[in-house]
Amino acid sequence: MSIAVADRPGTAATAARFSPRWISDRLSKVVLHVAVIGLTAAWIVPTAGILVTSFRPFSKISTSGWWTALAPSFSFTVDNYSKVLGSSNLGQSFFNSFMISIPGTIIPIAIAAFAAYAFSWMKFWGRDWIFLGIVGVLAIPLQLSFVPVLSFFVAHGITSANLSWAPFLPVWLAHTGYGLPFSIYLLANFFRALPSDLFESAEIDGAGTLTVFFRIVLPLSVPALASLVIFQFLWIWNDLLVALIYVGGAPEVAPLTVTLANLTNSLGQGYHLLTAAAFFSMIIPLIVFLSLQRYFVRGILAGSVKG
Amino acid sequence: MNWGSFLTTQLPTLVVVIVGVPAVIVGYIVAGEFLVRRLPDAARPSVRPWLWVGPALFFVAAFLVVPAILTAKASLETSKGDFTGLTNYARQLGDFPSGGAWIAIRNNVYWLVLYTLFVLAFGLILAVLFDRVRYESLVKSLIFMPMAISSVALGVIWKFMYWYQPPGQIQTGTVNAILTGLLRTDPRIWIQDPKVNNFAIIGAAVWGITGFAMVILSAALKGIPADLLEAARVDGAGELTVFRRVIFPLMMPTVVVVGTTLVIFALKAFDVVYVMTGGNYDTDVLANRMYKLLYFSGNTGGAAAVAMILLAAVIPVLIFNLRQFRAVEARR
Repeated sequence: MSIAVADRPGTAATAARFSPRWISDRLSKVVLHVAVIGLTAAWIVPTAGILVTSFRPFSKISTSGWWTALAPSFSFTVDNYSKVLGSSNLGQSFFNSFMISIPGTIIPIAIAAFAAYAFSWMKFWGRDWIFLGIVGVLAIPLQLSFVPVLSFFVAHGITSANLSWAPFLPVWLAHTGYGLPFSIYLLANFFRALPSDLFESAEIDGAGTLTVFFRIVLPLSVPALASLVIFQFLWIWNDLLVALIYVGGAPEVAPLTVTLANLTNSLGQGYHLLTAAAFFSMIIPLIVFLSLQRYFVRGILAGSVKG
Repeated sequence: MNWGSFLTTQLPTLVVVIVGVPAVIVGYIVAGEFLVRRLPDAARPSVRPWLWVGPALFFVAAFLVVPAILTAKASLETSKGDFTGLTNYARQLGDFPSGGAWIAIRNNVYWLVLYTLFVLAFGLILAVLFDRVRYESLVKSLIFMPMAISSVALGVIWKFMYWYQPPGQIQTGTVNAILTGLLRTDPRIWIQDPKVNNFAIIGAAVWGITGFAMVILSAALKGIPADLLEAARVDGAGELTVFRRVIFPLMMPTVVVVGTTLVIFALKAFDVVYVMTGGNYDTDVLANRMYKLLYFSGNTGGAAAVAMILLAAVIPVLIFNLRQFRAVEARR
C-alpha cells in the first residue's frame, strides 16, 4: 500500500533555491500539507469528541463543549463508565455479541470455503450460472427475506425465546445465509488464482480431494481467509438490523448494538452515559481494526473488484 | 451481569459452540468424502461437487432466494394471507407526495444521490491528496477508522455532534458551536428540523463510509503507471489537468464499481436513521419503514410491498453488476 508514495511529484526537486518556481513549489507543498492534515483532523473530531466526553463529569458535559476539557484545569472521571456498566446490561450484551459473532463468522466461512473450492476447481452442471446467481444475490436487500424466514422460524419454534439451550441459533443461521454470497465470491476469486500445477502434482502423488483442500488450498489462502474472518466478524458485531429481527431486545440475548440503540431511546437526559456506552461498544472493533487493518483493507479490495 | 450463571451455563455454551460447530462442519465434509469414495469411479465426479456446494446452496436458497419469492407473493396478500392484488402497493404508493411510502422514497432518493456523490468526491479527493504525502498510511488509517465502528455508535456520535441548545445558551454540540461561535449564525435543530435533518443524517453516514471509498480508489490510483503521469507533467500539464485528463479517466472503472456498491448501501440505509431519528421528523427511509410496518403495525403485506419497492430499485444495479461481472470473466 505504501510502495509508490516516495517520489511521485518529482519535478519539484529540480528548481533552484529561492527562484519563483522554487517558492511556488514550496507554497503548494505547504497548501498540500495543510489540506491533508486539516481534512484528517476534521475527520477525527467526531470520534475524539465522544471519547473526551465519555470521560467528563456530567456537570461539565451539560454546561460546556467537550473541547473546553482539552485546556487546563483538567477534570476527567470514569464515572460515566462505571455508572452505565452498573445500571444497564452492557456487560451481558458484550458477551452476547461474542456469542453471536463467533459462530456467525465460523459457520458461513467454513461452508463458503467448501463451495468456493468446488466453484473454482471442480466441473459440474450449471457451475458458471449458479456462480453468477450468487453474484446477483449479493445485491438483494436482506429486508426482502425477513418476513418469510421469521414466520418460518416462529411457526417451527426456532426463536430465541423458545430455544433456551441455544438462544442464538436463529441469528447464527440467518448470518450464515446472509454472509455466504460475499464469502463464496471472495474465496472463489482467491482459490481460482492459485496455480493449477499445485493441484496436478498433488493428484499425481495420489492425494485425495480432502488432502488437497486441507493441506494445500486452505494454508495457501490464509490471507484471504483472514480478511474474510475480520470482515464478517466486524459486520456481525456491528449489525443492528439482523439482530433486531432475529434476536430482539430482551436483555438476556440482546447484543451490544441493540442495547446501545435501546439506550439512545431510554437515556434521553442521561446523554453523558450514552457516550460511555457508545465508546464501550467500539472497543472490540477498534482493537480488531487497529491490529488487523492490513487484512481488513485487503478484504475490501478483493471484494470490491467485483462488477 | 450474573457471574454465577455466566460461568455455569453461558461459558460452556460458548466453548461447545467454538469447538463443536467447526467439528460438525469438518465432520460433514470428511464423512461425505468417505461416502463418495465408496461410489463407482464414474459416478464420483458428478456427485462430489454437489457435496461441496450443497450446504452453501441450501443456505442461500433458504435465506435469500426462496424468501425473496415468498415476499413477492406476500406483497399481494393481506396480513392474513388472502389475495388482494395490488392493494398493498396502492396503499404504499398512494397519496403522492406525502402519503404512503413517498416520504421514505423521497429520502432514499436523497440518500442515493447525495450519499453516493459525496462519498465518491471525498474518497477521490482524499485518495489523491494522501498519495502525495509521506505519512499517507497514518492519515488513511484515521479516515478509515469509522468503518470499524457500528452504525449505532456512529448515530450516537453524530447525535452528539448535532446537539442543540436554544440560541443564546452555550452550544455543547460541535456543529452548532461552530455555527454560533465562528460563523455567527443561529444554531439549528439538526435532527428535528425537516429542512436539514435528512442532510445531517446523510452527512453522518458519509463520514462513516468515506474511508471505504478512499481505500479502494487509492489502490486504483497506485495502479496508474507513474511514467504516464510523468509524461503528462513533462508535456507541461498542470496538476489539475493531469487529474482531469489522465488520473480521472483511468480511475473511472473503479469509480463505477465503488459507486454501484454505494448505491446499494444507500438503498438499504437503515441503522443510522433508526438510531438518530427512528424515521421520525420526515427522515424515514424504505428499510426503516418496512421494519416499522412489520413490527409495530403487524402489516406483513405492506412490509413485503415496501421490500419489493426496494428490490425494484436495486434491480437495475443488479443487472449492471452482472454485466460487469460477465465482462470481467470474459477477459479472464
